[in-house]
Amino acid sequence: MRQEDKNRKNGIEINDDLTIPKLFHRQALKYGDGRVAMREKEFGIWRPITWKGYHDNVKQIALGLVALGLENGDKVSMIGDNRPEGLWAEMAAICAGGVGVWLFQDCLIEEVKYILDHSDTKFLFGEGQEEVDKAMSVFKECPKLKKIIWDNPKGMRNYHEDYLISLEEVKALGRKLDEEQPDLFEKLVNQGVGEEVALLFYTSGTTSLPKGALLSHNNMLTMGMHLMDVDPCKETDDYVSYLPFAWIGEQMMSISCGLQIGYTINFPEEPETAQENIREIGPHVMFAPPRMYEEMTRKVQVKYLDSTWIKRKFYEWSTKIGYRTANLKFEKKPISLFWKALDWLAYVTVQKKLKDHLGLSRVRNAYTGGAAMGPDHFRFFHAMGVNLKQIYGQTEVAGISVVHRSGDIKFDTVGHPIPGTEIKITEDGEIITKSSSVFKGYYKNPEATAEAIKDGWLHSDDKGFMDDDGHLVVFDRTKDVFTLKDGRPFSPQYLETRLKFSPYIKDSWVIGDKRDYITAVLCIDYAVVGKWADDKKLNYTSYPELSQKIEVYELVAQQIRDANKDLPDPAKVIKFTNLYKELDADDDELTRTRKLRRAFVEKRYAEILDALYSDVDTVHIDTVIKYEDGHEAHIKTDMRIIEVSK
Amino acid sequence: MIESNELNDKEILLELEHIHMSFGKVKAIADISLQIKKGEIHSVIGPNGAGKTVMMNCINGLYRPQKGNIFFKGQKINHLKPYERAAQGMARTFQKVEVFGGMTVLDNIRLGRHTHYKSGLLSGLLYMGKTAEEEKKHREFIEEEIIDLLEIEQIRHKPVGMLPYGLQKRVELGRALALEPDILILDEPLAGLNLEEVEDMARFILDINEEERWKVTCLLVEHDMGVVMDLSDNVFVLNFGNMIIDGPPADVQENPDVVKAYLGEEDLYATRR
Repeated sequence: MRQEDKNRKNGIEINDDLTIPKLFHRQALKYGDGRVAMREKEFGIWRPITWKGYHDNVKQIALGLVALGLENGDKVSMIGDNRPEGLWAEMAAICAGGVGVWLFQDCLIEEVKYILDHSDTKFLFGEGQEEVDKAMSVFKECPKLKKIIWDNPKGMRNYHEDYLISLEEVKALGRKLDEEQPDLFEKLVNQGVGEEVALLFYTSGTTSLPKGALLSHNNMLTMGMHLMDVDPCKETDDYVSYLPFAWIGEQMMSISCGLQIGYTINFPEEPETAQENIREIGPHVMFAPPRMYEEMTRKVQVKYLDSTWIKRKFYEWSTKIGYRTANLKFEKKPISLFWKALDWLAYVTVQKKLKDHLGLSRVRNAYTGGAAMGPDHFRFFHAMGVNLKQIYGQTEVAGISVVHRSGDIKFDTVGHPIPGTEIKITEDGEIITKSSSVFKGYYKNPEATAEAIKDGWLHSDDKGFMDDDGHLVVFDRTKDVFTLKDGRPFSPQYLETRLKFSPYIKDSWVIGDKRDYITAVLCIDYAVVGKWADDKKLNYTSYPELSQKIEVYELVAQQIRDANKDLPDPAKVIKFTNLYKELDADDDELTRTRKLRRAFVEKRYAEILDALYSDVDTVHIDTVIKYEDGHEAHIKTDMRIIEVSK
Repeated sequence: MIESNELNDKEILLELEHIHMSFGKVKAIADISLQIKKGEIHSVIGPNGAGKTVMMNCINGLYRPQKGNIFFKGQKINHLKPYERAAQGMARTFQKVEVFGGMTVLDNIRLGRHTHYKSGLLSGLLYMGKTAEEEKKHREFIEEEIIDLLEIEQIRHKPVGMLPYGLQKRVELGRALALEPDILILDEPLAGLNLEEVEDMARFILDINEEERWKVTCLLVEHDMGVVMDLSDNVFVLNFGNMIIDGPPADVQENPDVVKAYLGEEDLYATRR
């Protein structure tokens, strides 16, 4: 390790010997009962758990797993909502010498089976009845799986299978083992070195089956350290953990950063109450994929349309000021005293309250990553005074490698590499990375590993370039880049994010690679367009019906015209259609992190594609939808093909 | 599910003895006897106008039967008023939701606990001494346990009137449960709900009946045969104010009179799908 890595925050030195369990043990001893490690809202009240409580729980679960037969290197999977028990289970698995694997809470049975089987999972922590049901239905097909552990007793009273065990029972086994061998836990914690694998993370995979990325203790810890070198966090900070633990960004904040700095991790009561709970906590740091920020934007835009005249005027006035000062900051120009005073007024009258409603009033740094975010959204948040930064990274570097610096934000870039990270652009324009956080390889997949890591450089498969200020610009996934009619390369993602700035459009899919013109398939936002239709006294009964109303098409066409503005002619959307349903990860159209699986939708909606590039004005859809419980629904509908007038 | 032979040894919680109820010359129910044992889910089914709701109204005291006796926990309760029966541990939900639309979900549920308050009007008005202490104690936990059970955390502070019908039904169930009753009378809890809401509600009823925390005996009036046959330990079939059969679901399904009573109505075993 380099000298500079020493003597930073709290005297933590990340060397080859340091592992996540060692650090966890040390931090828990240091903070003890004096500091709150995490909080969970339960029965309407925020209930704190101190570091000692965190440590005791992890210790009991870890020893319980050992008592059940966990051996070094065994895989332990977790599935469920964000809650303390989930983090304890993960930490316990790693402390006991196992490897942690997280599954998305909404994974379908097939995906659960694939990951459990491929990862050779021996123990599975499910939250309650729903997760246990999923696991039980694939138990026979996963021969390595020994026990399914649950912690929420609701609905579990009639489950008596031998391979089921409650978390309380596991903890009791752990306590018993602790009495017999009081020094066992410390021994377990102190075994191992930083290079060993701690986590096995399945990447969402826009094209193929998920691949399991092996991440070491050192990968995770250096990741957190380098991020906090850029934006230091404080012990007294609050963080809200509500995004899936199966997403690397959440691991980075809860484990990589959380463990080193010791801030308080807050868990919402239920996924449905997350937004409200974020407001109650008022976190200092926030990391979320663009869709969360898009949702917030939409919320503000809709509330604006809904409010009284005077409120609308105040909002318009304050955003004008906000945009003006934000633009000056982007251009790194000085802000005159006059504008500073206006900005302060806008803050006091509107922005302060707006930020409070969104739970952003205390945010020092808000990050977005995982997918592209449009410049419009970016400006929107900065105009409100939120320090929103773009990051770039992937599961294979344990999180992120590039981030904006405060005061040096350009909304079409992702910023500079974080310390300890080298970024280069290959001759083909591919972004490659070298750092101590680059992963160990894909589990049971040497070919893919060899393709991803060449000479120590991680190949991202993303196209990009460095701009004059040394900022990295990420263009798009290599295979997604379009060639326009005039031969220029073009990023569909860019146009898609622009379209999504409209509150009426929830998802967009732009088509046009090597075609004569660009087209788009759009999914309206049911709630927002529904409200709009109510105001216009339009009758509708369902999403398919609403999406195909001619009035709605006119509304959407106007949004497209707005997005088309200032684009070169060959990059403008010429024809579009509204999809009769929303894109859904359960139908394989999106990944679990809600990225569009382009190849899949192109195949699935081939007839729509054909219609967009032929001389018709409707396309007939006749398809069967299969629900989770097995019953099917027949959908017959006509979709319009509309040309956008200039 | 509790086996019915196991139930035979259980104590009788509620008993109707030869109940007659007429409105003028219309005989609503005639000579009805029913025994509900502690811990079971006992359903009452029957075609429209069979007298199911009249029977429920007799049980919770809205109507006084002209003949017959009602015993609750071994005590004769014929003379008791509805609120007195509630204080004894009898709670009810209604066919059409009867919630307080302008109040929040939490307040509606809190209201269900009023029979547990012992302090008088004056100290209540002044909100001091016993009242304040009592309210704090009640506020502590049960309301939140109910909110957790019924999965309505996200609407805790919303006015009930603004909620969709399915959620209002849940709130009404929550309010009845806040009374911590010994017996819960559910009058068509599934009416007007969509498939998903029916599944949720059926699960809640089972939870209330089986979970150690609640263990509430349920008297269920329902039209949805599939759900009734799945949930109930015993089914009582009523037709034109008379009992056809009272027994375990399997026996009821095979009874020719039951099939006959339902002919032309709907397929007895059809569930909504």
